[in-house]
Amino acid sequence: MDFFSTLYYRTKKILKSLKMYLAIAGPGLVVMIADNDAGGITTYAATGAKYGYHLIWFLLILIPVAYYVQEMTVRLGAVTKRGHAEAIFESFGAFWGWFSLLDLMVVDWLTLVTEFVGMTSALNIFGVPPWLTVAGVIGLMGIIVLNGRYWTWEKIALGFCLLNLVYVPAAFMVNPSVKEIIGNGLIPNLPGGLNNDLFFLLMANIGTTIAPWMLFFQQSSVVDKGLHEKDIKMGKADTLFGAVITVAVAIFIVVVTGTLLHGVPIDDAATAARMLMRMNHFTGALLAIGLFDAGLLGAICISLASSWAFGEIFGWAHSLNTNVKQAPWFYASYFLTLITAGIVPLIPGAPLVLITLFVQVVAVTLLPAALVFLILLLNDKKTMGEYANTPIQNWITGGIVVAIIILSTMYGVSAIFPNLFK
Amino acid sequence: MRIMKQFSEKIREINARYAKPKVEMSPVIKFSLTGLRIYLFVLVALLLYKFVTLIPAGK
Repeated sequence: MDFFSTLYYRTKKILKSLKMYLAIAGPGLVVMIADNDAGGITTYAATGAKYGYHLIWFLLILIPVAYYVQEMTVRLGAVTKRGHAEAIFESFGAFWGWFSLLDLMVVDWLTLVTEFVGMTSALNIFGVPPWLTVAGVIGLMGIIVLNGRYWTWEKIALGFCLLNLVYVPAAFMVNPSVKEIIGNGLIPNLPGGLNNDLFFLLMANIGTTIAPWMLFFQQSSVVDKGLHEKDIKMGKADTLFGAVITVAVAIFIVVVTGTLLHGVPIDDAATAARMLMRMNHFTGALLAIGLFDAGLLGAICISLASSWAFGEIFGWAHSLNTNVKQAPWFYASYFLTLITAGIVPLIPGAPLVLITLFVQVVAVTLLPAALVFLILLLNDKKTMGEYANTPIQNWITGGIVVAIIILSTMYGVSAIFPNLFK
Repeated sequence: MRIMKQFSEKIREINARYAKPKVEMSPVIKFSLTGLRIYLFVLVALLLYKFVTLIPAGK
């Protein structure tokens, strides 16, 4: 009898926790999976094609890195009830506030262009003309945000997150050798030694896992969802779950290209999808569908990150729980960013390679600044109270931030001067 | 014209609202912000150097 009553109460407790998690889940999952955007898919496809399974261990390291950086935004948003842009303005003054806001605006817009490039090239594989993809995506994203509820938007975004899992069946379809994955992938190694190419790819993997827009997005999302201090524990679990899924998806992509395209130079994920379609039609098609979904998910989140930040600073109504009449400027900035970015890939001869390079360089300028502000904000005991960083959290996050600053600066400099580290 | 005037007024209002940083300027924060300024200055200088050298090369 004791056994059954214990089992009953434990099951009830687990179900209650699960119910609570499902109510709070969203910001962490969406931001982490959206992190596998069009640029991310290209990076993982290129990683697998160039180094096979050898860098899977490195992707696993990125789980705690992404988690520790992003969970700080959960605490900050839930405690202060302010977005990241507003928190920087208020705590560090107008100079650093404008710097962060303008930098975010530029990097978001440029990243959004790369999302549209990914989406148009993915659907082009199925014969959809780029103009139709751009028009369709803008229309779809309009419908998603104009429903006037954060909850609905989040559930639709989570639906697109599920589609991101297409890489899981794709990886099983290519029949990879589990023995080789474990033997080559899980033991830390640097194939061919640390040279310029490997360093560039490792940095690209870090860059796709931690991006400045993610900090702004998740904090604003936590505020818009209305999470409180009591929700922090579940919010952190949501972020950890998201970090595990995003890296798992990345590993499955590496497995696909590492199995079928090992040794083949890959410039973008669409090219990889076309090549795969010649070898295994369904796998290639799944890669292309996943690329489109990744670009769409990235676009959904990135465009919102900018609009939320503008709304916070300019004092406009800036919630997905408002309609167009209540928050005209919020939606105007959202659509302006979206439409202008969507037009760029349609311009014949547009400097898309230069734009991709600019995304890397500008993102590098914002990332260290955003991370430094994040740690300083989390150490403001007057505002954060018991949710401020503990000494252990400071050692962990401080170490991660210092490492990212050094590596991303080297990455940024090497993007400007490609021959410097040769 | 009226929109531009309203916009510049809004900017001034934001600057006034956030003129004084709320966070207590401890030595650690001062050091971090100074380090950040130096970092950004060096990076912008590198970017400018790159563009200045690119223009004569006609790239």
